[in-house]
Amino acid sequence: MATFRKSGSKEVPAIKTSSLPDIVFMILMFFMVSTSMRQSDRLVKVTLPQASEIVKLERKDLSSYIYVGTPMEQYRDKYGTDSRIQLNDSFRTVDEIRDFVAAERENLSEADRPFMTVSIKADQDTRMGIITDIKQELRRCSALKIMYGAR
Amino acid sequence: MADISFIVLVFFLMVSTMDQEKGLSRRLPPMPAEDQKVEDQKVNRRNIIIVRININDRIFAGNEPIDVSQLKDKIKEFLTNPMEDPNLPEKEVKEIEGFGPYPVSKGVISLQNDRGTTYSKYIEVQNELVKAINEIRDDFSMANYGKKYDKLDEDKQAIVRECIPQQISEAEPKDINKK
Repeated sequence: MATFRKSGSKEVPAIKTSSLPDIVFMILMFFMVSTSMRQSDRLVKVTLPQASEIVKLERKDLSSYIYVGTPMEQYRDKYGTDSRIQLNDSFRTVDEIRDFVAAERENLSEADRPFMTVSIKADQDTRMGIITDIKQELRRCSALKIMYGAR
Repeated sequence: MADISFIVLVFFLMVSTMDQEKGLSRRLPPMPAEDQKVEDQKVNRRNIIIVRININDRIFAGNEPIDVSQLKDKIKEFLTNPMEDPNLPEKEVKEIEGFGPYPVSKGVISLQNDRGTTYSKYIEVQNELVKAINEIRDDFSMANYGKKYDKLDEDKQAIVRECIPQQISEAEPKDINKK
């Protein structure tokens, strides 16, 4: 009569670690693909205003950013504490938005240009005057799709 | 091998910014050409509501002061006009493709602000306006399709958008010419 024999010790065998590199590699690949490196240092302090009806930006690669806020602590003696505009990684004036938009548009492919979105990330304590100026300037260079950054 | 990839993995974990871009999406009106005369597109007075935020962040809807919390209901009433009030916007029956005729409101919300208005208040008001429209869209979707607006498929969402358009005009700043 056949009997079931218990073979070996009753201890749980150790987990095989030979496949661990593969798993780690897989996670690594995921992170490499999904990360977007921060493009530029933030020169202005931006706390986004809160909103509940927010929508997600569909295409991140089609957007350019305009930061508006008071300069960070270390730039204050040079640029003051008034709200300033940051384009790429330097302080700019409203008039320079035109060149910035033109340059950003140049970077996109022909087909994507109409879908370019300008994301305005302004600090919640900013006064509307500067935002209005930016909006007028954007209208002038016909970058009409905008997004008010919120959280 | 595993050690090295672990180190690289940790590096990517540290530097990765998983922040999603979120915000309120808007379309600016195109700039009128220089030679073009300012044609007064006479919008009937009853079809427009002016929401104004003054320098002290006080909100006025159609010349009367209003609190942020009441703004949404005011806008909803303005856009739906349930009692066919002659002082609220008129409706135009439009043939919507895939749905049929529907009385579309001609109401336009005009948002005005002062140069001294704070950005957070501006966004708060924008948010209320969008919320009002979203709620009307939800009600419409519930009544006709039995689902919320964002649960509908894209074709139906397009129909709902056409029935209840988002007509928010960010007014021309008043003092743009004298800088």
